[in-house]
Amino acid sequence: MDYDVIIVGGGPAGLSAGIYASRRALKTLILTKDLGGQAATTPEIENYPGVDFTDGFDLMEKFRSQAEKHGAEIRAIEVEGIEKIEGGFKLKTPHDFFSAKAVILAFGLTPRDLGVPGEEKLKGRGVSSCVTCDGPLFKDKRVIVAGGGDHALDAAEFLAKIAAEVHIVYERDKFRGNAVLVEKVMKDEKIIKHLGKQISEIFGEQRVEAVTLQGSDSEKLPIDGVFVEVGYIANTKWLKDILSLDQRGQIIADKYCHTSAPGLFAAGDIVDMNFKQVVISAGEGAKAALEAYRYINHSEGKPIIPDWGFTKE
Amino acid sequence: MAELIFTDQNFDSEVLKSDVPVLVDFWAPWCGPCKIASPIVEKIAEEMADKPVKVGKMNVDENQSTSQQYGILSIPTFLVFKGGKVVDQIVGVPNAVALKTKLTSLLS
Repeated sequence: MDYDVIIVGGGPAGLSAGIYASRRALKTLILTKDLGGQAATTPEIENYPGVDFTDGFDLMEKFRSQAEKHGAEIRAIEVEGIEKIEGGFKLKTPHDFFSAKAVILAFGLTPRDLGVPGEEKLKGRGVSSCVTCDGPLFKDKRVIVAGGGDHALDAAEFLAKIAAEVHIVYERDKFRGNAVLVEKVMKDEKIIKHLGKQISEIFGEQRVEAVTLQGSDSEKLPIDGVFVEVGYIANTKWLKDILSLDQRGQIIADKYCHTSAPGLFAAGDIVDMNFKQVVISAGEGAKAALEAYRYINHSEGKPIIPDWGFTKE
Repeated sequence: MAELIFTDQNFDSEVLKSDVPVLVDFWAPWCGPCKIASPIVEKIAEEMADKPVKVGKMNVDENQSTSQQYGILSIPTFLVFKGGKVVDQIVGVPNAVALKTKLTSLLS
């Protein structure tokens, strides 16, 4: 085996698992396509215990350096597949294979696409799902936010300070974000609301030029930027043959972070939990790492001593 | 060659008139994914130090004229220039191996 444990994902759950696994002297590799996950692009975090106020990237940077300091290796590679092998698992990446005795799945959720014509072609050319990254590039331009939840409303507020013209479009007749935020957006005259409508097509050759808003009637709106904030999906198709998923594709794990496949653990937003929070993911990541440690010791016939002291098994 | 810093002022001489291919990392300090991409690019700059290729970054906030000229609407964006023209483009955090392969293929 190349490693004792491989962690897939480098957000709060994955990095926290990395800290705990490496502190148990497990040879640990974190494979992740980005670093810090969704948390890293959150501009303000005010509810992480012990930290009054921080920028999400800075907090994740601390998680990362702590994981590396304790010996976890981090590589920016996306995992594409997994296979059960004798004594562990083999992970497939675009150019390599990595094997480990146990695997912790902590790769979070992926932003959902609108799924309309023009979107894929114009990604990075005016279509964006990261308002904190790309928003400032639309100074004095015309932008539209798609979505009606907290992320969409936050995005509209953020853009209202930068862009010349800000629209928000949501298919229902009321926004579904938290009441304070909804009121703020409803009162903000700079934000033009299109309720009961949705984007049905994005136009442009080299860059976004217009969108069609479809409701009871149809309207073509000239626009420079489209910010897609329509929620998240669980990107778990590559796991469906090896463990159990719920209806939304999230990984089913018990309170010990065990999935339906022995040796595969899961933590953070990718798990079927009701709350998606940095502190919860960090805690679950730690738990998954300790469970993986326990699993590895158990399979190697070593004694397992629980935290509360007495020995059994 | 270590990683270079490109600006609106030196873009013409350092990038467009370069004798060798140039990889430009368009980034900004406010962008989380840019910070993730940054060490990947630095490592490539180090690894390809002895090759006829330039690797550098451009802060889009401080160099708006070039960024607008090339229609940078999402960061990080990576443009590869050869003979003054864009020959390749990657938007988002790049895969280190893929990026290095692209650059290497331009050298032949």
